[in-house]
This record gives sequence, C-alpha cells and structure tokens, in this order.
Amino acid sequence: MSGFRQDVETSIPALRRYARALTRDGDVADDLVQDTLVRALRSEHLFHGGDVRSWLYTILTNLNRNRLRSLSRRPALMPMDDNDAADMAGPEAGGRDIERALATLVDEQRSALLLVVLEGLSYREVAEVQGVPIGTVMSRLARARAQVKAFLDGERPALRRVK
Amino acid sequence: MVDRTTQVTDDELHAYVDGELRPDRRSAVESWLAAHPEDAARVAAWRAHSELIRVRYGGVARNPVPAHLDLDRLTRAERKWTWLAAAAVLAAFLVGGATGWFGRGVLEGVPSLAAQTETAEAIDAHKLYVSEVRHPIEVPADASHLLPWLSRRVGSTLRAPDLGTFGLKLMGGRLLPGHSGKPAAMFMYESTSGERYTLYCARSAAPETALHYSVAGPVAAVYWGDGDVGFVVSGPADRDRLLKIAQSAYEQLDRRITRGNS
Repeated sequence: MSGFRQDVETSIPALRRYARALTRDGDVADDLVQDTLVRALRSEHLFHGGDVRSWLYTILTNLNRNRLRSLSRRPALMPMDDNDAADMAGPEAGGRDIERALATLVDEQRSALLLVVLEGLSYREVAEVQGVPIGTVMSRLARARAQVKAFLDGERPALRRVK
Repeated sequence: MVDRTTQVTDDELHAYVDGELRPDRRSAVESWLAAHPEDAARVAAWRAHSELIRVRYGGVARNPVPAHLDLDRLTRAERKWTWLAAAAVLAAFLVGGATGWFGRGVLEGVPSLAAQTETAEAIDAHKLYVSEVRHPIEVPADASHLLPWLSRRVGSTLRAPDLGTFGLKLMGGRLLPGHSGKPAAMFMYESTSGERYTLYCARSAAPETALHYSVAGPVAAVYWGDGDVGFVVSGPADRDRLLKIAQSAYEQLDRRITRGNS
C-alpha cells in the first residue's frame, strides 16, 4: 500500500468524528466521508506532498459547504426533547446540550471550533483548510465560543423556570 | 492607568486555551486571569465546552470503520462506476451520432452526491406521476406558458426535446419541489402504447458530467450535468432504448446551450 493510501486510511476515524460533529447526523456524516475518500483517491495525482489529513479535512469541509448550500432551504430538524428532566439528570445531559449548542452555530464557525478543539489542528492549519487568513479563523473561533456559551448559559435557566 | 505590557486580548485568551499562545506571554495571561475573574470564568467555560465536545464525539473515532468506507471497496466501486459510465457512453456512441460526447471530456467515476440525490429525486417523481391516470401532468404541452413558466421557476431557459423519433409525444410538464426545495421541472412523454418517459431538470450544484446510468427496480435513469442544470431522463429499465432517448435529449438540449436560444 502506498504511503498516500496508508495516510488516507489512518485518517478515516478522525474524519468520521469531524463529519459527525459537523453534521450531527451519522448517515450524512458517513456519506460525506465516503465522498471525501473517493475524491481523495481519484485526485491522488494532484496531491503534492504536505499533510494528507489536513487535505482531507479541506475536501470534507468544502463538500459540506456545498451540501449546506443546496440544503439551505431545508428547515433544520432538531430532536424534540420529550424528557428534559431525565436529560438533565443523566450523564448524556452535557452531550445533548453541546450538540444543540453546536447546531446554532454558523457553519464556518462550527467548522473552526471543531477543527481546533476536536481535531487538534493549529490555527494555521485551520486557516489552510478554510482558505482564510488566521485572523478570520480566530474571529470565527471567538464567535463560536461566545455563542456556545450564551446558548448553554441561557437555556438551562429558561428550562428550570418553567418547572 | 493600564500597564500596556500586561494588557491581554481576547485572542490571547483563546490562544492560551488552545495551546497557541506565545510562550513569553504565558505569565502575563496567567496574572491577567488571576486579576480578572470574569475572564477567568470565560476561559474555564471555553475549556469545559471543549471537553464536552470531545466527550460527545470522541467515541466516533474509536468505533470500527464501517465496511462501505473501506478503501479497497471504494476503489472497486469507483472502477465499476467508471465502467458503467464508459459503457453508457459507448452505447450512446454506437446508437447515435457521437457529436458532443467527446466534448464532455474525461469521464468521471462515482457521480457526486448531488448528482446521485438528484437522480433519486427524479426517479421518485417519475414513479409517482407516471402511474397517475387522471393528472400525470400539471400543464399540457399545447399551453403556450408551459416552457416560459417552468424556465422562470427553475431559473434556466428550458426546452422540451422532441422525442418523436422514438414515438414519444410530449404530454406536458409540472413543477416539483426538487433537491432542497429548489424548483424542478418535469416533462412527461408518452408513446401510443402508453409507455411513459420523463425528463427532470433542476438547477444543480453538481459538476458537469458525462451521462450516468442507474437502475432502480423497473425504472432506470440517465443523469448528466450541463452548465448549472442537472438533467435526468427516466423510463422503463430498457437500457438501450433509454440511452438512445437520453442521448437525443442531451444533443437537443446541448444545442440550446452551444448555439444560443435561437
């Protein structure tokens, strides 16, 4: 197996993780990963060295952007919480909340936040993946964090109030 | 009076959390946080949220990779698709003039996600309306507003190709909610024996492609992308006939693009 192919293969678990967090839907995420892998294999000859993983993140990020553009009129379906009390008490509480908080982010902000905190990319690598200057990455990150914090700070008291 | 050397920016706070801070600024940031509890609380929240994200999604990377993402398998699938596309083009070449097909350039392998989705939607619409007895179409072929109306809604000048050489007569068309709710147009054709074919057209993000043939049970479809419009011809799964019809539709519609709207 070529080094390139090997690098692609070892990146699959991380790509699935990123795609899952980005889309919050396992099937859509794996579709994106599959499309990413197919494109990567097909354009191996276009890859001139560098970090295969960053390149794969770039393809996936772009494919997701295209997907969102074409889905832009579809209403965002959020799971209804039929059991918020249990949700709050359970160990999953934080997970469900962070998922909903991420859902409120603009795509570029969510992507920047996930690439940094989940995938461990440096600001410079994220700038390359997103094709923007580092300053833009930092402002996306700052807005993402402010929004997540506002969502998590704001929603819980509101839910408690109605109890 | 603020001491400029100890002034810390928000960017530096983020960089501190993400391990991107210049080492010589570390102690300045730490003293700043000690003196500014609100900032310290923000930093703590950012860290906690990062941890929530890692806990929530980290497991995905530890799960086994599903078989359909296996690279060897994807490579095989790619070859199969390429073969199918090549076979389709060859068939089209053999049955009709080759005009245009070579202009399509290099064949792609697996069609893009957008192309696959559009094909699936076209097949669904085909199945639904072809079996409709009373109202298979919305606007009849002889209505002068059929094409202007559908063109305006879809956002591209549309033409209904003449498929008379295949014994198919245009019945009319209808507007459909296409991929992601974008307007799509569907034209329906019928032979004297009641055989029905549809041509589905929608603005598409999919890249230009050569034709792709796919089968869904008794129905088959041929997809191609041209400019910013994706076309799908659907009909009974008789491969040779469908390819001939798609080839003819493609040539007629392509003529529209290359020679203008004359």
